[in-house]
Amino acid sequence: MIDDYEDGNALAGPLSEIFTFDVTTADTRCAGCGRTGPVAGLRVYTHAPGLVARCPGCEEVVLRVVRTPTAAWLDLRGSVALRIPLAPA
Amino acid sequence: MGIVSPGFHGRRRGAGVKLPPGQYLTEDFPVLSAGPTPRIRPEDWEFTVTTETGQEHRWSWRELLDLPGETPTVDIHCVTKWSKLGTSWEGVSLDTLLADVDTAADYALVHSYGGYTTNLPLEDLLDGQAWIAYRFDGEDLAPEHGGPARLLVPHLYFWKSAKWVRGIRLMDEDEPGFWETAGYHDYGDPWREQRYQGD
Repeated sequence: MIDDYEDGNALAGPLSEIFTFDVTTADTRCAGCGRTGPVAGLRVYTHAPGLVARCPGCEEVVLRVVRTPTAAWLDLRGSVALRIPLAPA
Repeated sequence: MGIVSPGFHGRRRGAGVKLPPGQYLTEDFPVLSAGPTPRIRPEDWEFTVTTETGQEHRWSWRELLDLPGETPTVDIHCVTKWSKLGTSWEGVSLDTLLADVDTAADYALVHSYGGYTTNLPLEDLLDGQAWIAYRFDGEDLAPEHGGPARLLVPHLYFWKSAKWVRGIRLMDEDEPGFWETAGYHDYGDPWREQRYQGD
């Protein structure tokens, strides 16, 4: 049970309700240790009251999502920024 | 399973059992976790109560076990909708741990090894309602279920029963914990179905 997590692609479906792009392709910088990498590379704990995505380097929480019947709660405090690839303007 | 009589299980089944609204009965013990399972050696384990004035009370593992133990049998209700009835625990009542703690605080913030937190009114930890539990079903509490010790406060949704408990901070003001800052209810009474903020 010590490593009962999935990779960040587990966030794709739940976050597609919120964002118009695929968040798993964005790069995120961990507010804890500064590690930068794709959201798809986070460790996502899904057997919980919400989704908890942790840094693969320091295990700090980078992102949380809770879906209630009427709202989605998105906590990005563990992420310094998201770099979202876009088509050239 | 349809051809097996429920009577063969020899345990309480769903029929006639009153559950909180929206809950279903389970016989197993699902493991929910928001992160990696901490592995705390008992010799390294410590439990701290910090009052609103900063006074600290500490117990080592040995000191915890030397306190009078209780063996509550309680029903537990997870906010993810499973309920488990008649669970058997062994632990120390918070009444015992807090007996000599001088406080006028109204709120408690529970801290765990691994960083988890949860909040509740201090009065919900008292009067035989809460324990620091170290055994489940006659066995030492397994790490995936919060061992070596977890908070057990069964009258609230089970996310309040923090696994891998490390300490309790007593406070004059309420401060939301890990799930309470992400949409879950501040109090979490299963009988009033207080799952999310606004319920």
